[in-house]
Amino acid sequence: MGKAIDAKNLNIYYGSFLAVEGVSMSIRPQTVTALIGPSGCGKSTFLRSINRMHEVIPGARVEGRLELDGKDLYGPGIDPVGVRRQIGMVFQRPNPFPTMSIYDNVIAGQRLNNKKMKKDATDTLVEQSLRGANLWNEVKDRLDKPGSGLSGGQQQRLCIARAIAVQPDVLLMDEPCSALDPISTLAIEDLINELKMDYTIVIVTHNMQQAARVSDYTGFFNIEGTGKPGHLVEMDETKTIFSQPKEKATEDYVSGRFG
Amino acid sequence: MTTTTEKVIAKAPPKPVLQLGDRIFAGSAKGAGILILVVLAGVAAFLIAQAMPAIVASPADLPGGKTLVAYIAPLVFGTILAALIALLIATPLAVAVALFITHYAPRRLAQGLGYLIDLLAAVPSIVYGLWGVAVLAPATLGLSTWLNTYLGWLPFFAGPVSVTGRTMLVVGVTLAVMILPIITAVAREVFLQTPKLHEEAALALGATRWEMIRMAVLPFGRSGIISGAMLGLGRALGETMAVAIILSASGAVTFNLISSDNPSTIAGNIALQFPDSTGLAVNTLIASGLVLFVITLLVNALARYIINRRREFSGAN
Repeated sequence: MGKAIDAKNLNIYYGSFLAVEGVSMSIRPQTVTALIGPSGCGKSTFLRSINRMHEVIPGARVEGRLELDGKDLYGPGIDPVGVRRQIGMVFQRPNPFPTMSIYDNVIAGQRLNNKKMKKDATDTLVEQSLRGANLWNEVKDRLDKPGSGLSGGQQQRLCIARAIAVQPDVLLMDEPCSALDPISTLAIEDLINELKMDYTIVIVTHNMQQAARVSDYTGFFNIEGTGKPGHLVEMDETKTIFSQPKEKATEDYVSGRFG
Repeated sequence: MTTTTEKVIAKAPPKPVLQLGDRIFAGSAKGAGILILVVLAGVAAFLIAQAMPAIVASPADLPGGKTLVAYIAPLVFGTILAALIALLIATPLAVAVALFITHYAPRRLAQGLGYLIDLLAAVPSIVYGLWGVAVLAPATLGLSTWLNTYLGWLPFFAGPVSVTGRTMLVVGVTLAVMILPIITAVAREVFLQTPKLHEEAALALGATRWEMIRMAVLPFGRSGIISGAMLGLGRALGETMAVAIILSASGAVTFNLISSDNPSTIAGNIALQFPDSTGLAVNTLIASGLVLFVITLLVNALARYIINRRREFSGAN
């Protein structure tokens, strides 16, 4: 588990509008990579193109190569549905299915892959996934209650449990803590540190302290001005980016001088 | 001691500050709410008062010389049968059309289709009735014969096949076409409101579009589908002209959908009998109307109950 991601000269469009231009980056397996940058610079768009969620928006498309362990995710004959089963995603706002119980939320993805699972097998999977998301002790007595009754931080961990229940290779996180309080945020950050043993994690964050705390590598995205495409300015080990970045723009951003 | 002080505190809560505009709006909203209840109570009172003579009269004085229950029961059966057929046909179709409009069709086509469906709702029911009797009835003869030949062992298609085609099946199909737009419109509105967040959650788990609809859209739209279906059912139960024109009613209580022996419906029966009725016969018809009123209330209460039962999971919290 945990595969490498290689983007090669990726251009991402909304209709005819070029939103992200010429991104090339290599993400190592079983590491945490943080994507930082000002609003509208295309880091979320880039993240969503990794599991082909970008093209859900009408008119959205991607040019270039994006490889998962050498296999082109945008190659001919590749089913985006299959890609998404390999690459899990956690969204900015917690989004457990409101009509499902906590239990059903966790196995929602598994139900798609494998309709007939034995009851004890799903029980094990639910416990495993909830433990993996550090949520088991809080919800084990109310697995049949709706997921929407949990607190925001618990809901987000439920979403992480749901994502890891299908045993993906990669976990994408789109500002997973921006709607959470500091204590819930800490819980998620601890969890990210544990999850990188098994998964390759890419996280978009606006919080630079968070990027510094959780990530091994950091990519800085920037934009020249409104209407211009966003691009990757530089990517390096997190401590390098935060102490001695090569680019002036990166230094300005991480030191809080703009953005 | 403590209880008395608490009482004093409870007795004099500080008056909340209320703007004049708020007060006017609250008052008019409350007034509108009360008005609906008053109208409903008025209708119920009228029905009961007018039905009373028929309820207390001896069976010999009633039309047909039967008891009131024996007179109304076949009508109730026919009413519910026709409405159920319509609902069974229209609901899945309406959900499918609404899903197509909201999740499959290209935007421009979806808009046109939406208008078209709304337009269907505006067609007067008499037109549907004429269409049913002039076009649909003769057109179903072949189908009815086929159903009778191959599925004749089912009580619904036992035959003998009606030669005019003015059968319960045709009434059901006509009513289905009539209530299709209202169910579609309600379902479409609800499906459009499915949070993007939940749709993306399903897609990101590797759901196909259909699986996404089953995981996110349909559960979210469930109460909307039920409300729409109940609105449609209400219209089907009360539909008068289409039934009166199409159905060749004999008053028989039968599940046979394709014969010329059909139960009438309450509304259809009132429309056909009322012009020639006087005295107690009118009261009898109104008594059947009262029964229809009660059925409609029960249907709506049932729908509410179904929707509320899983409120916890509705996504409204």
